[in-house]
Amino acid sequence: MTRIGVVTFPGSLDDRDAARAVRLAGGVPVPLWHRDTDLAGIEAIILPGGFSYGDYLRTGAIARFSPVMETVISAAGRGVPVLGICNGFQILCESHLLPGALTRNNHLHFICRDQRLRIESARTAWTTGYRPGAEIVIPVKNGEGRYVADPDTLARLDGDGLVVARYLEGNPNGSVADIAGITNPAGNVVGLMPHPEHAVDALTGPGTDGLGFFTSVLRGLVRA
Amino acid sequence: MPRVVVDVMLKPEILDPQGQAVQRALERLGFDRVTSVRQGKRFEIEIAEIAEPAGTRPGSAETATELARDMAAKLLANTVIEEFTVRIDAAEGAG
Repeated sequence: MTRIGVVTFPGSLDDRDAARAVRLAGGVPVPLWHRDTDLAGIEAIILPGGFSYGDYLRTGAIARFSPVMETVISAAGRGVPVLGICNGFQILCESHLLPGALTRNNHLHFICRDQRLRIESARTAWTTGYRPGAEIVIPVKNGEGRYVADPDTLARLDGDGLVVARYLEGNPNGSVADIAGITNPAGNVVGLMPHPEHAVDALTGPGTDGLGFFTSVLRGLVRA
Repeated sequence: MPRVVVDVMLKPEILDPQGQAVQRALERLGFDRVTSVRQGKRFEIEIAEIAEPAGTRPGSAETATELARDMAAKLLANTVIEEFTVRIDAAEGAG
């Protein structure tokens, strides 16, 4: 069985839901603590949503220097799949594993709603199970989800097909170019502002559209 | 012991909705000549005197400024979206 690490920082919220999503997708979730540095036997890593270290300084800024992140950064460099959701995406940007930054929503409100997205890239470790162009509905909930990057970075993201998902039917936070998620050139590191782990069964979410992120990575790891 | 002040501001091209909200509140209070508000962060950092390489003064302002620049670039500011300035606190400057 494939073991996927789910990191808990002080202030993480969605670690339990992420672990549950891994389980529902057929994997074995392994809880990791922010002080852990040993990822032995872990084949993929999820940085969950929440407010790590109380969002002090900037979202994700303190988490980026936690012991576990030093290990996650080197694992990502070796090609280990890493998915950062919401606060996890913020941490990946602060870690420079992904370009750009996430800033306060343009309307200043915390937003929490079901959001339609278009999957723009099915070539990442976390999205192979989706058809490119597929439309999915999963929850979005953030106060600082407005993706920004300089024009050169944006051109590169577009040109190299590194945008993973875009918002449809209304941009919830003012993200540039409606960007909801991006990946690195290798496709193993994905940051996503909306929450696929909250859409893995019909009872507790808007549907099961989010499950594909977790089944995608599991299928890829089994094949590898 | 030098005290260094680091000011961190969003880059001019980055939208600052918090600053805009403050500006609107100021307008409601009757400050109708405000044309722009940008909000930032200020860090006051006290740096202990340390043994210096030969030729520099212990805890010298230059060394403290350099240290603070390093701190700002690594942690205090995210240079993707923010810029920072570093200066020695005037009240401590003579010390």
